[in-house]
Formats: sequence, C-alpha cells, structure tokens
Amino acid sequence: MAEKPSIHGLVADFDSPDKLMDAIKAARKAGYSKMEAYTPFPIHGIDDAMGAKPSILGYLVLCGSATGLTIAVLLQWWTGAVDYPLVIAGKPYFALEPSIPIMFELTVLLSAFVAVFGMFGLNGLPKLYHPIFNYSGHKAITDDRFVLVIEASDREFDATGTRDFLAAQGADKLELIEA
Amino acid sequence: MAELSHAQEMKERLTPSLTSGHPSYHDVTEAVSIISEVKTHRNWYIALAITTSITGIMGLMLAYLVATGVGVWGNNGPVGWGWDITNFVFWIGIGHAGTLISAILFLFRQKWRTSINRFAEAMTLFAVACAGIYPAVHIGRPWRAYWLFPIPNEFLSMWQNFRSPLLWDVFAVSTYATVSALFWYVGLIPDLATFRDRATTKGKQLAYGVASLGWRGSATHWKNYEKAYMILAGLSTPLVLSVHTIVSFDFAVSILPGWHTTIFPPYFVAGAIFSGFAMVVTLMVIVRWIYKVEHLVTMTHLENMNKVILATGTIVGYAYATEFFTAWYSGNPYESYVFFVSRATGPYAWAYWSMISCNVISPQFFWFKKLRTSLPFMFVISIIVNIGMWFERFVIIATSLHRDYLPASWGYFRPTFVDILTFFGTFGLFLTLFVFFTRFLPIIAISEVKGMMAQTHHEEHFLDEAVAASEGKQPVGAAH
Repeated sequence: MAEKPSIHGLVADFDSPDKLMDAIKAARKAGYSKMEAYTPFPIHGIDDAMGAKPSILGYLVLCGSATGLTIAVLLQWWTGAVDYPLVIAGKPYFALEPSIPIMFELTVLLSAFVAVFGMFGLNGLPKLYHPIFNYSGHKAITDDRFVLVIEASDREFDATGTRDFLAAQGADKLELIEA
Repeated sequence: MAELSHAQEMKERLTPSLTSGHPSYHDVTEAVSIISEVKTHRNWYIALAITTSITGIMGLMLAYLVATGVGVWGNNGPVGWGWDITNFVFWIGIGHAGTLISAILFLFRQKWRTSINRFAEAMTLFAVACAGIYPAVHIGRPWRAYWLFPIPNEFLSMWQNFRSPLLWDVFAVSTYATVSALFWYVGLIPDLATFRDRATTKGKQLAYGVASLGWRGSATHWKNYEKAYMILAGLSTPLVLSVHTIVSFDFAVSILPGWHTTIFPPYFVAGAIFSGFAMVVTLMVIVRWIYKVEHLVTMTHLENMNKVILATGTIVGYAYATEFFTAWYSGNPYESYVFFVSRATGPYAWAYWSMISCNVISPQFFWFKKLRTSLPFMFVISIIVNIGMWFERFVIIATSLHRDYLPASWGYFRPTFVDILTFFGTFGLFLTLFVFFTRFLPIIAISEVKGMMAQTHHEEHFLDEAVAASEGKQPVGAAH
C-alpha cells in the first residue's frame, strides 16, 4: 500500500435536514450526479432530490412470496397425496381448504426472509469498511448531523471548486476523505 | 429492574432540554443511549439475580418433567389439556400487542406508537419464547420435537399430518417467532449503529459494530430500509391476525361442545390484543418510573393504550355473551350444558366469574378519563386484565373437557406443583430477557423518534403536537 491513497470525495456537514436537502438540490442543479447523503434518520423526499431510483426490494419480495406459496402447495400435496397417502378421518389426501393456513404461513415466512436479506444485499450489509468512516465527524451521523458527500469520481468534481460550492451551501464543516 | 439512583444522573444530563419539553435530535440520542451507558447499578444485578433464580425454577421443573414424563403435570383424563396449553395461549396472546403496535399502527400512521414500539416488539419476542417452551415439552419426548416439522429423518417413517390444526399451529407460531425477530432486528440496526458510534470501550465497539452490520445511514441504506420495514409491517399485520386465528383452530376445528364454534378466531384475536396491551401498560409504567423516560413515553401513550384495552375488553365481553346466545339458540343440549352448567354454575363457576370480573367489568373503568390517566389505577387494572385473560384460556380448556358425554368419565382438573412452578418460572424467563434488553439495547427507537420530530418541521413543537395530533385536535404541522 505504498501508493498515495486516493480521494473518495468531499464531505459537507450540515446541522439540519433542510440545509442538506437544499444543498442536494443545488448540487444537482450544478451538474453533480455522484453523491450520497448520510443522515441519522430517513428524510422524506431525499431520493427524489438525489434522483435515486425507487427500491427494487418489493419485486424481490414478490418472488419470495411466490416461492413460499409454491413450496407450501407442493409440500402438502406431495407428502399427503403422493409419498405417503394416509386416510385420516375420511378426509381427502389433498384439498385446498385445509392447506390454506400453511400456504399463508410459508408465503409470509419466505417474503419476510427476502425482505430482510434482500435489504441487506441491496445495501451491501454486512460491510466491514466504507470510506465514510474516514470522515473525522462520522460518528455524529448516527446522532444529529446531516452529511453530503460529493464523490471524486463525479465528472464535475474539482477539489477547490466543489469545496467553494459546498461552503456556499452553508456547510459547517468540509473535509476531503480518503477512499 | 430497579435502577433508581440512575435517575439523578440521567436527570442531570437531560435537564433542561428534555424536561422543558423541547428536545433536539441529540437530546433523544442522549436520553435513550444513557440508559445503556451508565455504569451498571447494583440494583440491576439484584434484579438479574431474582429473575434468573425464577428462571432456574422453571429449568428444574422442565428437567424433572423431561426426566419423568408429562405425568408430573395435572393433565389426565378427561382434562387431557391443562395448564400447558393454557399457558401457551396466554403467552402467545401477550405477544400480539407488540406486533399490533409495531406493524398495524405503523400502517395506520399512528404517530404515538413510535416511542413504545421497540419495547412492545421486545415483549412479543420474549412472550413467544415463553410460549414456545410449552409445545416443545408437552410432546413428552422433547428430543423428538423436530418431528413437528417436515424434516426427513430415519426415525419417523411418515410425514406430518397437514390436515391437522395442530400442525398449522406449528407453522403459524414458528413463522410468527421468526418474522417478529427479523422485524425487531431490522428496526434495531440504525440504533445499534448509534450505540456503536457512541461506544467508549473496545468491547462495546466490537459488539455493537458487528450487530449493526456496518450501517452508515446513507440515503441508499434508508431507501431500502424503509421499503423493507414497510413490507415487514405489511406482512406482520395479516400474520399476527393469522396466528391467534390458527391457535383458535386448535379448538374450533374439533367437535367438542364449547370449542366447536366459528366465533373463535375473531374472539381470540381480540382477547390477544386485549391481554397484550395490558402487559405493555404494566411494563411501561414500571419502565417509565425506573428509567425516567416520561417525556418520550407520555401519558398520551398510556391513555391510548388504555383506550385500546377498553375497546378490546368490550369486544371480548360481547363474544362471551354471543357464545351463550348461540348455545341457547342452537337448541343443542350439549352446547347449552357447557355454557349454562359447566361454565356459569358448575364446579368451574369460580373460574368463569373471575374471568368475567377481570375481563369484562374491570376495563369498563377506563371510560373515565381520570381513571385511565391514573398510573396506579391503570397498573392494577392491567394486571387484573392479564389474570382474567389467563382464566379465559383455562375456562375454555378445562370446562369444555371436564364433563364428557359419559358421566362415568367426569373429572376435575387440579394443577400439580410442577404445573404451578413451571408457569411461575416462565415469568422469570420473560423478565430476565427484559432485564438484559433494557441494559444493552436501545429501548426506544431512536431513529424513528427523530424521524417523527423532523416530520413536524419545527422541533420545538414536537411534544405538544404529538399530543395534539394523537388526540385528533389538529393535524401535525398545522401549528406553524
């Protein structure tokens, strides 16, 4: 690791969600596209302001639901009517009505697994390292600070120009962070 | 659970910001984090010693049961289901309020749920853990408990009976436990990251760091997180209703008079919410007092919960009346016998009328604002309600079974000391888990409370507005 560490981006630290939102809107207007915001709680409308696409998690969960439902039907039908048919109280080997509770439960179970682990996957969790943790004030992000990072890979990025731009947005603190 | 002398230390750190009713984001972080950050108090160890001793009694009783057989319980013909199923349904029911608060009130955008949902979800998990013990041990050979699931193995040369409500129950309860745990954990991640960032020792940094999975609160994180949270709330809502519905199928799908009734699913769900909210009130009154979080868990929260107790208690009372009407109107002598003799006037009348007094009469006091906003009064009522709900399950089970069609096989259920001490011990387990929870985890959802504050735009008016909004006087945000 003898190479000079590269720069991940420029951090601008704000004290309120409103200032962060204004800065994001201004940055988009100024032509920046590679940015990320870090906040202590979800901020309404931030995805639209950043031009982020809606989460695809819902579609993944739908696949999970379908899988759960299919497993439940096949499991009950195959075990009860194919592999080991057993007459119990004269009931049919397989019927839809008594199968509904387990169809429901397995649908919910697999959907929930996909919702949680899909979210982990989309968010890249668990993660041991991320450049934002190089920011000297990163610990306050989970408390009460609202941070905007304009990444160095942005075409518009320019160490001094971007710094002046973010300072003008009312950031309390500006810092270059290593990748 | 007492850490009273912490009060002073906390008060010093919080004054005047929280006590004056104008908290900032940082104040919320402080208020919740400090509970886990102050030096462990002697009283905490005392509380832990007491609760683990009670859990130990349960452990001994279960060991005795496993070593000897289920004959150590009072279950015997004709009452083949005794305290085991009663206690199982009792604990599962308590869990329901947690899911209701975390999922259903979330979907209905009930802002007041925010400061109690974490706590209520924890209660769900711990109650389900207590409930889970009973089905695991009542099968007689707990080491074969995996036979309940369709796991191919060399000993059981057949499949489970998927046409049986008891197997539906296995799936319902295990799904419920799993989904509740996932929901709870997802909600915890951002707050665990807060704890990680405030950690002062290497050990804490590592523990909270691992548990928070490297959460960094980026907009992308929150986007997927909020979606996942919404989906989990949407899944948990029908799930919680299905769990007690399926638990009620254990009874309703049988052909026994007193059990074979279509009113059971809604009646069981209402009863579960009723008992669960009562348990949340019991615990919340204690926690507010010990941890001084009155400004996050306000009287409005407690009053709203008492209103839910009143509503569901009335529904439960209506269900009891309907059962009697149906028994009479059906003209079925066996059905009528169960209600008019076995329950209301027979040898179990004492249990039946205890149930009526606790469940139907006691919540009616909450019509009066003065009573539903009185801490000592609501504390007592919430405990009475849970006693009543335990009696409800016992009455349903014992009265329906104790008199068979053949008078020669009539009997009367008496619990043994093993029954009693095992049940007592489950409270130890429940409280032990709580003692650990309140010590090491954020007991209030920090990021959610902050998000709620931000929604009101002006932090200064957060508390006033939360109160006004939940009372329906004005929409949030209108005060500016």
